[in-house]
Amino acid sequence: MLYDKFRYRIMGDRSVLVELGDEISPRINRRVREFSVSCMKNRLEGLIDIVPAYRSFLIIYDPFKLNPVIIKNRMEDIQRKIEGIEIPKPKTLEIPVVYGGEYGPDIEWVARYHAIRVEEAIKLHTGTTYQVYMIGFMPGFPYMGELPESLATPRRETPRTVIPQGSVAIAQRQTGIYPVESPGGWQILGRTPLKLFSPLRSPPTLLEMGDLVKFFSIEEEEFKRWRQ
Amino acid sequence: MAPVEAIEVLAPGPLTTTQDLGRFGYGRYGVPPSGALDTFSLRAANLLVGNPENEACLEITTFGSRIKALRDVAIAVTGGDLKPFCNDTPFSMWTSSILKEGDTLSFKGVKCGCRSYLALGGGFSLIEVLGSRSTNLSSGFGGFDGRPLKRGDILSARSPHLHLKTEGRSLPQDLMPRYANKWRLRVIPGPQDDQFTKDGRDTFLDSPYQVSYQSDRTGIRLAGPPLERRPDVEESIISEGVIPGAIQVPGDGQPIIILVEIVTGGYRKIATVISADLPLLGQIKPGDTVSFEEISLHGAYEALRQFEERIRHFKEAISAHP
Repeated sequence: MLYDKFRYRIMGDRSVLVELGDEISPRINRRVREFSVSCMKNRLEGLIDIVPAYRSFLIIYDPFKLNPVIIKNRMEDIQRKIEGIEIPKPKTLEIPVVYGGEYGPDIEWVARYHAIRVEEAIKLHTGTTYQVYMIGFMPGFPYMGELPESLATPRRETPRTVIPQGSVAIAQRQTGIYPVESPGGWQILGRTPLKLFSPLRSPPTLLEMGDLVKFFSIEEEEFKRWRQ
Repeated sequence: MAPVEAIEVLAPGPLTTTQDLGRFGYGRYGVPPSGALDTFSLRAANLLVGNPENEACLEITTFGSRIKALRDVAIAVTGGDLKPFCNDTPFSMWTSSILKEGDTLSFKGVKCGCRSYLALGGGFSLIEVLGSRSTNLSSGFGGFDGRPLKRGDILSARSPHLHLKTEGRSLPQDLMPRYANKWRLRVIPGPQDDQFTKDGRDTFLDSPYQVSYQSDRTGIRLAGPPLERRPDVEESIISEGVIPGAIQVPGDGQPIIILVEIVTGGYRKIATVISADLPLLGQIKPGDTVSFEEISLHGAYEALRQFEERIRHFKEAISAHP
């Protein structure tokens, strides 16, 4: 449910969490994007950063210049004018993935879990357009949804200590991509040759909150060519 | 002016990185602030050697680190006392001193605190990435090649000779922090304190917690009486943005104080450490004891104002007697 009145929670003396709704939903998340983008565009003096997430955003501020009361007033101000604020359109991206084999070590387990063939699991994963709900966990990691119910899978019982860069993975109704090698507990279906995080580029991430993503299946040779 | 070679790393110890005051404004890309954990010590070290407060320093963790001067440089070592020695002589902390070409500075043990900050007069010559010279360890960028320092690394400085005249500049005694191994941190309840039971909230404020050896720059893990959440709420929450100092409580009820290497999290936070006490988090080491004391938002602002006032006095004293 999208709240009529936003809820404000104080996180220490220099940040305020603004909650827009109580669940993960494309609509609430679009609202989060609209608000966080317009706050960054019309920056209050003393605003340090905004961290948008599924259904909330965190406003980090300089306590010598701002306080929760000014911030709340500002939010209500934006809320009144939100229809008239111009927000850039999200991108739509198609992302190549090699599924299965050494690139997607969990795909067989996932297929067995749902009593389907691996090809069907790939078809389900590539057949949906996902919304990037937020970038978090690590630089460039996109949390995307919603995965079809028929592919929703719990996290691995034992997280892996090493997941290679570019691994495309799922957990519950979400899918994500590991931008760099890291530990993690999601089920790995495949790997993309694309670079999700490049700190010297602007913006530094391939995907941004709000973007729409579709995956397509490629062969191992194509993956290697793409890398070059 | 072109940078010149200033120091060589002979041994990095468990973890030595370059950090400044952090990387801000990239939260929407999942980029955490990184930066010095003990920002007071970093700022003081820089001011002592005549640098801007935000210059990158070496953040040195516990002991074992050794560096050699490749030319005469002014340095200041602040923060935790890791028993620094210049060649065979104990080295004065919280003071600008000259290392002569060929001198070796070694960190020989942990007397108190956990991290030392070494500022180099003129500043280390490093490229800014996303607005900061801090090292991001998880994604490997920023700082010195995006990685911890290792043996043989050579760091350069910009115009180090211009800073030699800061020799002898010292931090006044009353500004020097004291580090023990029992810590009392001031916190503001929330953002999700209402989702713990009354018992859980009381336990949090009444119990000492021990710092676990699994702590790092991502978080300080604590062990003690578990904090009970309300029976009607799930183990995790919908992920949201977090800041350093927020105290999250996973399903096992053992609190974790979030530090500077993450920007989102999926556990509820019972309280958040106030800004004036944040620098202390960098000096808390495994085995120490931590307890929490509630303070109002107004009290937190007052504490921060006093804290900044002390730094301002020091800056004024420096500019009066440069």
